[in-house]
Amino acid sequence: MPLRIPILFHANMQHSIQEVTDEWPRMSEIIETITFRAGYNTGMVIGGTALLGLAAGIIGVFALLRKRSLMTDALSHATLPGITLAFLFAGTFGLESKSLPVLLVGASVTGVLGVICVQLILHHTRLREDAAIGIVLSVFFGAGIVGLSYIQANAPGDSGGLNHFIYGQAATMRVGDVVLMGSIALVAIMATLLFMKEFAIVCFNDAFARVDGWPVGLVDLFMMALVVLVTVAGLQAVGLILVVSMLIIPPVAARFWTDRLSVLVLISGIIGATSGYLGATVSALFPRKPAGAVIVLTAGCIFVLSMFLAPKRGVFAHAIRRVSVRVKVAGDHLLEHVYESRQSTLTSDDFANFARMQGWSPLFQLLIRFALRRENMLGSKTRSEIRVTEAGLERGARVSRNHALWEQYLVSHADIAPSHVDWSVDMVEHVLSDELIHELETALRNQGVDFPPSLEGVG
Amino acid sequence: MYFDLALDLFPLLAAALAAVCCGLLGNFLLLRKQSMMGDAISHSVLPGLVIAFLIASTRSPLVMLAGATIAGVVTVVLVEFVKRFGKVEPGAAMGVVFSILFALGVLLIEKAAVRHVDLDAECVLHGQLETLVWYSAPATISGLWSVETLDAIPRQIITLTIILILAIGFVSLLFKELRLASFDPALATTLGFNSTLLHYLLMIFVAAATVASFEAVGSILVIAMLICPGATARLLTDRLRTQIVLSVLIALFTAVGGYFSATIIPGWFGRDTVNAAGSITVFSGLVLSLTIIISPSHGILSRMIRRIRLSSRVALDDLLATMYRAQEQAQAEMSASDISDAILRSKPQPLLNRAVKRALIQRHRGMYSLTEKGQRAARSIVRRHRLWEHYLVDQAGLAPDHVHETAERLEHLPPVPPAGPQTDPQGKVIPDDPQVP
Repeated sequence: MPLRIPILFHANMQHSIQEVTDEWPRMSEIIETITFRAGYNTGMVIGGTALLGLAAGIIGVFALLRKRSLMTDALSHATLPGITLAFLFAGTFGLESKSLPVLLVGASVTGVLGVICVQLILHHTRLREDAAIGIVLSVFFGAGIVGLSYIQANAPGDSGGLNHFIYGQAATMRVGDVVLMGSIALVAIMATLLFMKEFAIVCFNDAFARVDGWPVGLVDLFMMALVVLVTVAGLQAVGLILVVSMLIIPPVAARFWTDRLSVLVLISGIIGATSGYLGATVSALFPRKPAGAVIVLTAGCIFVLSMFLAPKRGVFAHAIRRVSVRVKVAGDHLLEHVYESRQSTLTSDDFANFARMQGWSPLFQLLIRFALRRENMLGSKTRSEIRVTEAGLERGARVSRNHALWEQYLVSHADIAPSHVDWSVDMVEHVLSDELIHELETALRNQGVDFPPSLEGVG
Repeated sequence: MYFDLALDLFPLLAAALAAVCCGLLGNFLLLRKQSMMGDAISHSVLPGLVIAFLIASTRSPLVMLAGATIAGVVTVVLVEFVKRFGKVEPGAAMGVVFSILFALGVLLIEKAAVRHVDLDAECVLHGQLETLVWYSAPATISGLWSVETLDAIPRQIITLTIILILAIGFVSLLFKELRLASFDPALATTLGFNSTLLHYLLMIFVAAATVASFEAVGSILVIAMLICPGATARLLTDRLRTQIVLSVLIALFTAVGGYFSATIIPGWFGRDTVNAAGSITVFSGLVLSLTIIISPSHGILSRMIRRIRLSSRVALDDLLATMYRAQEQAQAEMSASDISDAILRSKPQPLLNRAVKRALIQRHRGMYSLTEKGQRAARSIVRRHRLWEHYLVDQAGLAPDHVHETAERLEHLPPVPPAGPQTDPQGKVIPDDPQVP
């Protein structure tokens, strides 16, 4: 059997590995490639892969919403034994063993079988989903590897092409293969757009859909079938290990940008198509850059950018919101402190003391003062003290009064001991709305509970 | 000759060590529902290996191990990060992280390779068991007892042995803590164990075991061995200690069995050997499937048998109770068709035959009646039924016309209802306990 010598692990390799610098293609070549003019074949591959990315991005949204992301991983790994079996037995049925449609049919059969096995394991044993997916993934893939090694060692004829299904080989695809891939992708896109309403209802509330009379099982099955189609279509271009990430990454990245399904599908499709397009282009320009890896990394970059920069759900936006709330709360506390100490200025010593008691870091102190000054709550600053403006004092008074109101409410209505209320009040006093304050006042007044007078009279 | 020292000894040893090492650690992944983490780690150690190599320009095992272990831990941290700060569903978070890292690895491996050397990431998947050939092996087993043997042991096997010893030490020293953290991480934290730290420690071991193993056996076998032996053992026992011991034995068994399936079975058909790592994976899948079917405690077959037994006992109980009730209505004998109508069975004959065979009922001129023994059994069932009815009305506050269905189920179960009055809520007499004379 021909041994593949692994360079990383082979103990007797004498010469060291040096980095290979890829030769950069000329500018004209780059422009030709990205504008689909670098030959018919290359253009087809790029277009086909972009279409595939679009399809995967769209159908991936539903897989994500259905929490099936890792299930697709099991599915794609389970296609390998089907490919080898189709290769081995196609001849018996009088088919050409290396024809792509035959191999892809084999891939779909074992892929679906893998998904069924996951369901069977979940249904008949006490193993959890993660274990079931891992079992199917590894065992099926192991069977595929046995098949591959058997073919390499024993089967007549050239079997080299089979390896391409693992890592993908977009650049060497033939026009016929690309057309097949593209048309599968198109079918998947059309079907998804046609059945969007059904998919949405099953994804968001399958119990309701069932009660409402939708054939949930059927719709679910159809969604899974589309996932199988996209996976199988992507095998040759992207490879079975990475095709799953075309289904997972674009929707996850798109999810950061929107809460609406239609927009989600659109963005996810665009991300998928962009990564597919870029991946195939780079792989056409640089012979040693596998398309699958480039596609995934492109999608990965978009994911990382989305995760950090998305305006509402992004990590940065989130952090900024959290910090600004904390700054506001701290500012409220400071003004409340000034109001309650019945002064109109804040001495530096006092501020330092208060900051130490609250545990504010120096940076945080700066932030608070900056925020308050911007809102005109703090005025001019001399060497030893800071002036608090009218507005600042009023805010302090308001916070102080809210604090007292809520405290009274908790003691008289929620049966909390007076010594225990302060802590939770500190958190709530900043978020009381005007209506709520009004309601509190009425409730407390009816109870005959004392509370601080309204602020109308206060400076 | 099925076993050749030169060809088989080291591959077999490597496969067995890797299987045992992964199988041992996999138990805890399984319990923490983190099995796919093994999959994620084994994908993402690839860039760790390549980056470690590119930085240190050496293939020394320590550097490789360090790089891969760091990559493993980084994976765990990244998945956690994406999950928490991106609010992404756990499965998807894992998928995103490991596929990006794996893609990075694939790209880097191309970058690291000289054009004319045949390097592809496939070896990482398939494993290199077959390359561990011992060219100067002694001719006989007895020839193994020499110093040369020690020198000939491949590096992979030494690394694996060290990791295995460390893993065994880790599991046995921290067994109590691992068990607690696996079943109830919240409790572990309140008791003062840092279950997060323990989790990361486990992940470090998984990463180390992964990289030590897949040098020799390929990542796909690592994933299989992290999950399958533990899952198989989990279907055989409810005790963690037993599960761990079983999983190690199963791992060993599948490694040996799978290895010889790869080397021997193709030979029967005059073919070359197939990939051993793949074959071990498939073998472990077969062992698992077999266990799913025939496991005495949790297998499909035994559960089916239990269900059939239960339903046949229930049918018999119902038959006796029906005849007893008929007897109360002064109908001591029933025809087969009467019974068929009463117990809603279109074909009561097999059931009747079984009851006759057990001497619970007797047949006389086509009419059936309860025997002495059947009388006693029937009384016990009807007594339980009516006592339950009484209990449900008296204690659980159900309406008298709502309790029959529930009592109909409860009467077949072992617990005996508390003793009650002479009559049930419908005014029917509760028979005496037939056991008491």
